Amino acid sequence: MQVPAHFGYDRATSIDHALRLLARHGDQARVIAGGHSLIPMMKLRLAEPEALIDINGIDELRGITVSGDELLIGALTRHADLLSSAVVGEHFPVLHDAERVIADPVVRNFGTVGGSLCQADPSEDLSAAFVALGATGVIRGAAGSRTVPLREFHLGPYETAVAPDELLVEVRVPIRPGGSSAYTKVERRAGDWAVAAAGAAVWLGPDGAITDAGIGLAAVGAEHFTAPEAEEFLRGRAGDDAALVEAGKIAAQHCDPQADQRGPADYKRHLAGELTTRALRRAVARASGQEA
Amino acid sequence: MMITVTVNGERHSHDVEPRLLLVHFLRDVVGLTGTHWGCDTSNCGACVVWLDDTPVKSCTALAVMADGRTVRTVEGLERDGELDPVQRGFMECHGLQCGFCTPGMMMTSRWLLDRNPDPSEEEIREALSGQLCRCTGYENIVRSVRWAAENPADDSTEASQEVSPS
Repeated sequence: MQVPAHFGYDRATSIDHALRLLARHGDQARVIAGGHSLIPMMKLRLAEPEALIDINGIDELRGITVSGDELLIGALTRHADLLSSAVVGEHFPVLHDAERVIADPVVRNFGTVGGSLCQADPSEDLSAAFVALGATGVIRGAAGSRTVPLREFHLGPYETAVAPDELLVEVRVPIRPGGSSAYTKVERRAGDWAVAAAGAAVWLGPDGAITDAGIGLAAVGAEHFTAPEAEEFLRGRAGDDAALVEAGKIAAQHCDPQADQRGPADYKRHLAGELTTRALRRAVARASGQEA
Repeated sequence: MMITVTVNGERHSHDVEPRLLLVHFLRDVVGLTGTHWGCDTSNCGACVVWLDDTPVKSCTALAVMADGRTVRTVEGLERDGELDPVQRGFMECHGLQCGFCTPGMMMTSRWLLDRNPDPSEEEIREALSGQLCRCTGYENIVRSVRWAAENPADDSTEASQEVSPS
């Protein structure tokens, strides 16, 4: 039987209340939302927080809204709600592509967007998708709010820019015209973590040329989940297949996959390139109206 | 910590450790052993119950997180001695072999049918994709859910709303 070590348990009723509880416990506390990453780690004693601060009752952390030219996603939004949101699918198909291959429907009922980002597993899918979209995280602390680009959010495996006395409250995704996006993933079996995965977003000019591109890579050791060299290569180029293949090759060259039970490093590097190209192809097809 | 959880319409108040998992609360404290404790890693889905109106893998939820909420287990599927159509479907179509995965399969199937009364085979397989049958009896499980879809209870809508505490 897997049983977590003893811990104290507090239920936060507001963001401010959660922040006060975090301040009281220091770095010995962990925030729990869906718990579908944290509880397994606690059962294996890989995590042994002295206290859990349950934020499930904080309604202000929930919800998906469009405000001006941004999509705002509350940190406590469940994966299932992101997947079923029409406005998310309309603007950012990469998020629906990714959600369809995150765990399984029952896990998606409880796992949260903010929890996935803050767990910061190197194979986590939404991190790569949000990086491709140029999203920003809103972090609240006792001194107020600050924003951190998702590209600077992940400091390393299981480590983020959120300090022990802070809380990720929202993800903001800029809505920009003329673009679309896609996500591709190879997994050993349905619902597993990625062997490798790639998210891509492209914005096309009136002549069909790529004015901007975003690429996120999961599970292949890409720093901050990013592929900046491949993005830079694409800017200003025609979105023809040769360019998308070359961008994939560049992304593969610059990541740093590690061999593990999911596969050898050279296989993962191959996947990083191929999946980047496929995600780009689909994003371009969607942006140019050739594919839903 | 004192918690009160309404399980299948009955309120249960107990003093529990925060680290107690929901599956063990249901089996060992409340005494409802229909919910099975399987892989313990949120992979197999044998432990699926409803927390409020949503299926959850109860090996990956804390009992304290269910405080003040309602839980529906496989024991809460039947109504006044009448089996739920999902239970009848599993009987009619040989949807259970060893029976270990069955409670979780049925709880997710009921949830699917409440939201989608006429699911395709693909939709059933997607809904149950987080649940494993070690007998590999998936063909008959899918047939069982289809049987339930084709043979709904006369008052199925009403019955599914009876979960709230009395």
